[in-house]
Amino acid sequence: MSIKFERYGKGLAKGMVITLKHVLRPRITTQYPEERLNISRRFRGSDFVWDKDRCTGCATCAKSCLQGNITVVTSAGKENNYVVEEFEIDVGRCISCGLCVEACPYTALHFGLSYEKGTYRRGDLILGRDKLELTPASQPSGYDRPEFEVRLPKQTMLLDRAGRKRQK
Amino acid sequence: MNSWILDNFWAHFAVFTIVILAFVIIGVMAFIYVERRGFGPFQLRRGPNRAGPFGILQPIADAIKVLLKEDVVPDRADKVLHTLGPVIVFLPVLLIFAVIPFHGQIGGLIANLNVGIVYVAAISSLGVVGVFMAGWGSENKYSLIAAMRVVGAMISYEIPLVLSLVAVVLATGSLSMNGIATGHPLPMILLMPLGFLIFLAASMAEINRGPFDLLEADSELVAGFHIEYSGMKFAMFYLAEYGHALAMSAVAATVFMKGWVGPWDAYLGWFWFILKTLMIFVLLVWLRVTFPRMRIDQMMSFAWKFLLPMALINLLVVGIQVVAFGGDIPWWMMFINFGLAGVLILGWSKFFRPGGARVEYQV
Repeated sequence: MSIKFERYGKGLAKGMVITLKHVLRPRITTQYPEERLNISRRFRGSDFVWDKDRCTGCATCAKSCLQGNITVVTSAGKENNYVVEEFEIDVGRCISCGLCVEACPYTALHFGLSYEKGTYRRGDLILGRDKLELTPASQPSGYDRPEFEVRLPKQTMLLDRAGRKRQK
Repeated sequence: MNSWILDNFWAHFAVFTIVILAFVIIGVMAFIYVERRGFGPFQLRRGPNRAGPFGILQPIADAIKVLLKEDVVPDRADKVLHTLGPVIVFLPVLLIFAVIPFHGQIGGLIANLNVGIVYVAAISSLGVVGVFMAGWGSENKYSLIAAMRVVGAMISYEIPLVLSLVAVVLATGSLSMNGIATGHPLPMILLMPLGFLIFLAASMAEINRGPFDLLEADSELVAGFHIEYSGMKFAMFYLAEYGHALAMSAVAATVFMKGWVGPWDAYLGWFWFILKTLMIFVLLVWLRVTFPRMRIDQMMSFAWKFLLPMALINLLVVGIQVVAFGGDIPWWMMFINFGLAGVLILGWSKFFRPGGARVEYQV
């Protein structure tokens, strides 16, 4: 007959060992403003990047938008082309579906990687050309853009930070 | 130490009252910091680290926040009881420190009582009156239920607490705190581990923390008896809670770990005392962070069916040893006592089943 120690306070000792082991594990929390995690490489948020050199002003993005958030105003150019006069995205009503990015035939519109887009006024949520343009600071996300995705850093997983191996 | 201060009654009283007040306030702040910061690593996080270096100013920030809050008294509350409650909860905490020896030469700071341990046992149960006043005076059913739980729990756990202290008194042959600290060459935690465990569990229930904090039970009673308190009155309860933890840690350090006795205790007595108090408190933090809250019937059955018989058996065992060795238990008995403690805990656990009580409703 084997003695079972279920009801002899074994669970109490076990619990105390578990909490003691927790002390030795690395902390899982992120000190946010100083310390940032890498976000998903295919990040879909309320940030957009618009490549004005690739854009032809076809307004396919505006047609694909379910909300009608995208305003494209063009004028006729000299070489049988469009000149983009105005390009605006109302992020306040955006549902981040990504249809505009998928629809763009010239891969000129991408999602951005920034997630600190809170504003104090609703009007600031309407992103104009100055906030959308592709600059070294605002790089596109890899959503529907595999060529950009491979260049981005891998997402930080909390499991990796906790010092455990991910299960495949 | 200046002998003029020690000789003059009123000078002695005034100086050491201020010392005790300062010690309790600073000690409570340090304990809050230790607990909040200590919870971090146990839960894979860092704890407060924004206010000051390593978050060391966090208790002060908490205090300022709580002082700035509005003081709300419910409309139908009993104003007198509602106001007196926190004061009466906090007073016993200060009173306990009157007899706790910080340093060998002085003994108890205000009164070197020869029945110090009796005084501690009597005073520490006074807080329950204040808690019940707060619960009753708030005119709130949750605070009343919580106050009833406190009364039930504290009175139940008082018995094993005092019985475990009686065993210590038997072994050391003294009722004064200083006499207990110096009464036996071995610390009582080694000589009677069972008594220490009983004291620890009972004092955790006494100070309403750890797995026994069901009077606060956030999930069912929102915040227990101090649900209607805000501002400075709430701060008094908070202060009293941690002050009680400080007091119980100090009592445990004095009674079971020889208090101020240590190397060079003529100069470093206070250091050993504070170090041992802190060790007990870290153990309390560890226990609190580990165990889930008990149900009220589990808590009661633990007190009456487990702790009380164990405390009586512990008292019997120590009594037999005292009689057998003529009042001076030799040091090698500690091995036998350790074995005995293990056997008794395992053996009694077989009979003990927490939460056997069931309430049957008639449909």
